[in-house]
Amino acid sequence: MAPRTLFDKIWDDHVVETLPDGTSILYIDRHLVHEVTSPQAFEGLRLAGRRLRHPERTIAVVDHNVPTSDRTQPIEEPESRNQIETLERNVKEFGVPYFPLLSANQGIVHVVGPEQGISLPGMTIVCGDSHTSTHGAMGSLAFGIGTSEVEHVMATQTILQKPAKNMRVTVEGVPGHGVSAKDIMLAIIGRIGTAGGTGHVIEFAGSAIRGLDMAGRMTLCNMSIEAGARAGLVAPDETTFEYVRGRPFAPKGEDFDRAVAYWKTLATDEGAHFDKEVTLRAEDISPTLTWGTSPETVLPISGTVPDPAQEPDEARRAQMQRMLDYMGLEAGQAIAGTPVDVVFIGSCTNSRIEDLRAAARVAEGRKVAQGVRAMIVPGSGNVKRQAEEEGLDKVFLDAGFEWREAGCSMCLGMNPDRLTPGQRCASTSNRNFEGRQGPGGRTHLLSPAMAAAAAVTGCLTDVRELV
Amino acid sequence: MEKFTTLSAIAAALPEANIDTDKIIPARFLKTTQRTGLGRHAFDAMRYREDGSENPDFVLNREPWRKAEILITFDNLGCGSSREHAPWALLDFGIRCVIAPSFADIFFNNCFKNGILPISLPREVCERLMDDASMGENARLTVDLARQVVIRPDGEEVSFDIDPFRKHLLLEGLDDIGQTLQHEQGITRYENREHQEKSWMPSIHID
Ligand code: SF4
Repeated sequence: MAPRTLFDKIWDDHVVETLPDGTSILYIDRHLVHEVTSPQAFEGLRLAGRRLRHPERTIAVVDHNVPTSDRTQPIEEPESRNQIETLERNVKEFGVPYFPLLSANQGIVHVVGPEQGISLPGMTIVCGDSHTSTHGAMGSLAFGIGTSEVEHVMATQTILQKPAKNMRVTVEGVPGHGVSAKDIMLAIIGRIGTAGGTGHVIEFAGSAIRGLDMAGRMTLCNMSIEAGARAGLVAPDETTFEYVRGRPFAPKGEDFDRAVAYWKTLATDEGAHFDKEVTLRAEDISPTLTWGTSPETVLPISGTVPDPAQEPDEARRAQMQRMLDYMGLEAGQAIAGTPVDVVFIGSCTNSRIEDLRAAARVAEGRKVAQGVRAMIVPGSGNVKRQAEEEGLDKVFLDAGFEWREAGCSMCLGMNPDRLTPGQRCASTSNRNFEGRQGPGGRTHLLSPAMAAAAAVTGCLTDVRELV
Repeated sequence: MEKFTTLSAIAAALPEANIDTDKIIPARFLKTTQRTGLGRHAFDAMRYREDGSENPDFVLNREPWRKAEILITFDNLGCGSSREHAPWALLDFGIRCVIAPSFADIFFNNCFKNGILPISLPREVCERLMDDASMGENARLTVDLARQVVIRPDGEEVSFDIDPFRKHLLLEGLDDIGQTLQHEQGITRYENREHQEKSWMPSIHID
């Protein structure tokens, strides 16, 4: 057989049938369900008199519009309450495994899946949310789907897909001091653009990627979608197997060994063909952040805001100017030193224990700057509990951060945590589109350590000056 | 799903690239548990002013484009979040066909699943169609899916590519689930094989 990529192998392994036009019926191992994109799918099943083919391959959580404050109080916003109650009714009616709001296992679906050992290497994983790509860090093919497809997976445990093209992004070397997976990923998106991965699945490879822990790999795969890719992947290795071992829903004992033996066969073969290749040096990457309203508008923290006048293409020039106006920035200004109003550390990109530790290292012994609201939103109840065991909550609370309950929170302005117009936010999330964190809000995407640095100095700051 | 055969309609031009799904339908309107009723929030930030009144400069607030059924934009339409609310909002507004030089993958798929035809045409062609669109009532565009052509008001025909399977589903108004369930035996065969080869595969049960 010709040499195959990791993507090719997972794909080939899950094809049920290929239709004459090249579309495949692809078998789905894990279906993750949340409150926003599922109600209409359940509605569709009910109308057609259908059931879930495999509820035991499905898991439901609430995350997008749960409040991250006191959970014992009833949810105030009637529409949020309605979506959550609708999901609770649906999981009962259709027999879907569910982590309820008050469970310690509740959290952002993309944090919960790997944490529980529900997302495993070599699997096909889907969820009605674009950042499903996160689970690709496990070495699984994971991608976001729409609500009609959610219904399709529920009814058939399959999805109709055409194979994607293969792209490999290789990062070699050792990242410098203060440079995290988030900086690497922002640098990659800056390099290839928000359409750089369109139609492709990106495999991240190279020594800098191998050196990342699972949380870092998840950050990378999470934002593959911001690079336009269908999914991101990292080949499963010892780091992956150690991470999986002992998780609640992972295979145990001999089953685990059998699974590992299979997972070891998945890595891309020598000489496999990639349709597109990009290589970066880790040493060239500085702490990085975005200045505009597209994830590709990145700068090193030492950089200056670009000048639209230098841009030859007219449409781009206009777009850049619009971004500057929206973001309240001047061409040519140094990005460091720009004052922030809000700091948000959370989201499926950066809300794992490793992320909180990185932020705490910067926050420790310091105070949140006057007039800045800084919030820490752990990715799951379990992350929160572990952080509390390690005393991170104390570090944050002493410094003046808010210490909140798990959920999507200010990542998307869909729950009570949002920006007000004109507020500038240093955010560890993944999207900086206009209004993403609340109407008129201005988002700078950056790493947890950089976000913490912004919190304690009150402005966008090079974290290397603090640690 | 409604069949898509031919559409002769008013087209609206939104000459912007990277119109993301947040622009098509902002996240705060996603709390519905039904598919209909999102049309009035489509393009909310562009369509309404801060006091909630209509922005008279926005094309979809002007006659005759309030009745537009075709939307033409520049590159990468529908990027950003995978929310299917974006095509639902477009459909509920009355849009049945979107034309752009390129589309984001998930949005492109979601259009088909909801009976909206996405057509990708080179930028110069989109620009010409936008010129037609700006003439409003006098310049309807016709989309003939069976023949795979867009017919300009002056009669010129522009042909487009479409995946034959998707074309068939749109023309027949068929939903995917029914189609796939015809392959039930294949799915069961797959599951039996998996059971043998990946006997370690855990099930999820929560008491
Ligand atoms: S944290 Fe943000 S990006 Fe992640 S699932 Fe929630 S809303 Fe989506």
